[in-house]
Amino acid sequence: MLQDSAISDPRREHRVFSVRLMVAGIFVSALTSIILFRYFDLQVTQHQDYIANSDNNRIHIRPIAPPRGLIFDSRGQVLADNRPTYTLNIIADRARNLDALILQLQSLITISSRDLARFRKRIQRGRTFEAIPLKHNLTEQERAVLAVNGHLLSGAEVSAQLTRFYPQEELFAHVIGYVGRINEQESQNINLTDYQGTDFIGKVGLEKFYEKQLLGSLGAEQVETNARGRVTRVLDRKNPVTGDNLTLFIDSHLQAIAQEALQGERGALVAIDINSGGILSMVSTPSYNPNPFVSGISQRAYDKLLKSTDQPLFNRALRGQYPPGSTVKPLFGLIGLQHKVFDKDYAIDDPGYFYMEGIERPWRDHNSEFGGHGKGVDLAAAIIESCDVFFYTIGIQAGIDLLSKESARFSLGQITGVDLPGEQDGIMPSRQWKTTYRNQEWFDGDTINVSIGQGFMLTTPLQLAVMTARIATRGVPIKPKLVKAINGINIAPEVDGEAIQIDQQHWDYIHRAMVDVVHSSNGTAKGISGDLSYKIAGKTGTAQVISINETERYDSSKIDKRKWDHALFVAFAPAEDPKIALALIVENGEHGSLTAAPIARKVIDAYMANLDSENQSIANTSPLTAATGN
Amino acid sequence: MYQGDFVRRLETMGGERRHNPLRVDFGLLILLLTLCIAGLFVLYSASEQNMAYIRRQALIMAAGFFGLLVVAQFPVRFWERWAFVLYSGALLSLLAVLLFGVEAKGATRWLDLGFTRFQPSEITKIAVPMMVSAYLSNRQIPPSPKHVAGALLVVLVPVMAIFNQPDLGTAILVFASGFFVLFLAGLKKRYLVGTSLSALAAAPILWLYVLRDYQKQRVLTLLSPEDDKFGAGWNIIQSTTAIGSGGLTGKGWTQGTQSQLNFLPESHTDFIIAVLAEEFGLIGVITLCVLYLLIIGRCMIIALGAQSQFGRLMAGSISLTFFIYIFVNMCMVSGLLPVVGVPLPLISHGGTAILTLFFGFGIVMAISSEPRRIGTGL
Repeated sequence: MLQDSAISDPRREHRVFSVRLMVAGIFVSALTSIILFRYFDLQVTQHQDYIANSDNNRIHIRPIAPPRGLIFDSRGQVLADNRPTYTLNIIADRARNLDALILQLQSLITISSRDLARFRKRIQRGRTFEAIPLKHNLTEQERAVLAVNGHLLSGAEVSAQLTRFYPQEELFAHVIGYVGRINEQESQNINLTDYQGTDFIGKVGLEKFYEKQLLGSLGAEQVETNARGRVTRVLDRKNPVTGDNLTLFIDSHLQAIAQEALQGERGALVAIDINSGGILSMVSTPSYNPNPFVSGISQRAYDKLLKSTDQPLFNRALRGQYPPGSTVKPLFGLIGLQHKVFDKDYAIDDPGYFYMEGIERPWRDHNSEFGGHGKGVDLAAAIIESCDVFFYTIGIQAGIDLLSKESARFSLGQITGVDLPGEQDGIMPSRQWKTTYRNQEWFDGDTINVSIGQGFMLTTPLQLAVMTARIATRGVPIKPKLVKAINGINIAPEVDGEAIQIDQQHWDYIHRAMVDVVHSSNGTAKGISGDLSYKIAGKTGTAQVISINETERYDSSKIDKRKWDHALFVAFAPAEDPKIALALIVENGEHGSLTAAPIARKVIDAYMANLDSENQSIANTSPLTAATGN
Repeated sequence: MYQGDFVRRLETMGGERRHNPLRVDFGLLILLLTLCIAGLFVLYSASEQNMAYIRRQALIMAAGFFGLLVVAQFPVRFWERWAFVLYSGALLSLLAVLLFGVEAKGATRWLDLGFTRFQPSEITKIAVPMMVSAYLSNRQIPPSPKHVAGALLVVLVPVMAIFNQPDLGTAILVFASGFFVLFLAGLKKRYLVGTSLSALAAAPILWLYVLRDYQKQRVLTLLSPEDDKFGAGWNIIQSTTAIGSGGLTGKGWTQGTQSQLNFLPESHTDFIIAVLAEEFGLIGVITLCVLYLLIIGRCMIIALGAQSQFGRLMAGSISLTFFIYIFVNMCMVSGLLPVVGVPLPLISHGGTAILTLFFGFGIVMAISSEPRRIGTGL
């Protein structure tokens, strides 16, 4: 050691050190240059790229769902509304202890095991900074409890969103339908960018038919988010455009009366405004509450609806196909008159049976057991009393080709083009139809069946209502429509082709006969004429559900009620200046006159009463705009 | 000689404030104070305006300044004599870590003293160069192979212990601090070349047998951060994005989107330079570098004016080690070096690291205040 220190040379030490320190200084300068060059490269040369990177990090576009268009009845009452509903969400990242938080929430509100299972499933695959719903549709009380305890529930938050709500519940279910969560199949047929802000799409009814208009257009929000995806501020916003509001021709009041009148039955009713073709009421019973479908109906409740033999989900007015029975008699009479198959003086003798040449089996009249309608039955009598034999006779004379071709002008066997999805077209049979669908040639016997609205013939209540309206308007081919106005702007009424050319005298004749169905002492619907302050023109109908052979008699007491005849009624009123036309069916209601006609009376009464009060108020306020009929 | 003139000039600059009652170098003190205050502002922004962090950091800095003043009062010879004790203490505490250390984030670096936690590897950053300086002062220049070997032993024992914790960053820094002493003491060029070559030769061995998987991962990540965008690459992608998006003038104090919106990880500790670069731009980075270089330059001048070989070596090593901190930190955050845990001196949030730095600067102050020894002046 001593030797070492002896050779220690302070001068040399200092010199060597100075040189080394200078070398180090150069080294420091060089390394500093590297750092500065690197930062210059990042901050100046590549600055634009990194600005873009940092903006991509923080700026995100968030879609804003447009509020769905509302649906109103003709008086402005809301039929399809958007209501705020409240959802309890959990943001796992913000919860100190997720399990403890859920236990705490369970002590405050009830959380179903189904909700909990769904939540657990989503949290496993979901990103933990996202709000994951734990419970939908919080009640006001639950919200209050959560609000009071909010400070203890870090990580839980209640969010509000607009959800479709149908305040009239089952009254409009078949007309308006409902919205529901977009399913796999639907997502393939829609432009997903339009649906970025919403999970809902119209599933049936007007909600489906007017989906495009009701949806509105998407807005967008440019937001700044932090690394956890939480929005820190809104940078820019393009507001969504609210969906179009629809106004219907239907008046809730009239709808309610029709629904009430059909209560307890399986049936359907369609009432049409003669002038516009606007549908004043469309009822199909039984109905269902559409609201559970919005939030997601339970499988059990859905199965119950689906398996019910009453088929509450089935819109009978639009899709129910029934033999029209005698309700087509005025139309076939009209066709016969116009095409000179017979004239108004033509009459037959009705023994209660009709025999066709070469066929042993007779066609019975519905009152064959009372010996038929007697002698000298003309068209008017045949309509008023609903004589089948008369129509068997003229049916054969007219032939299926004429009946089939001309009935189409009255929408039988045709799609009416109403603004609802899934309409059925029924069957107006023809030779060609039978060849195509039955692979058989047409027999006269088929014509005989068709001539009283039976056999192969099937119509929907909507078609019968349109037929009746076109008879009432004396040939104006009105087209049925539910939506009167979009965003308050009336839709121009449409007609289906050229006016139907029939001589005025024939219209008069048929109208008169139909008035007498209700108002004459022989009329099959005379039961509803009591205290009528106006005139109803109508026609009853009974449609066979099962065929009865000639040796049997139809005896309702011996057959299952489900196999009883359907009762039908078509009508328009007031007879001299028609405003409303309707058609209705009561499944297994047996006789149009007893079951169906009184329902029509109730609805028409309500309509007329309303018309009177409206006319009065119009007269009182502005005589200039008093309604003018045609 | 030109070189001699230069050295002489530097020395007189360093010698001007030699005699003062506080035994501090006011130039250095003001530079350190400026850096600390600037650091608090950056930290305020980086910690999302968290005043608790600022108070704690300011308190540690105040304690550091006080410690600096205390350390500066001891004569240099005191530190030279007590170097062995300090070094032994450091080794013992490293041994203690090995035996009773507290584990955190997969590494055992801490000792729990009950009232506070303490990281013994920090003290070796001073103890090792001090021990090597003491060992080499008053020995022949350049050091003989025997002394080189002795010095390396002094360095490598704690380095291996720290590397084993594992703490690669600190191990490198401690090795560097000891190596700088050897270098400044005039280590022969052939040793330098030999060390460099053996380092190169050792690299594959290190890679295959010594480096742990996560350490290798960091190196791989450096080469291609995009391979694992949301995993290992995330930090480096976010920090370069923060730096690059700052541009020339920056986004403004507390306005950095990368840092304020939590895209930047470790923003108040190891990655704080990215916050500064984002909010103050290249101008801010240059300003910080100038401040650092002034401190380093001042320390070097003090080293040149030191009255003993120990003081020279110690002050020189401290200034170079200080630079290595800065260099490694700024390179790793900007993606030039793998991420090793090296904070940005006096800016990053941290306790022991700041106190250690002030301890070092305290010794530099003591060296600057040493009276001229008779017969050694020029």
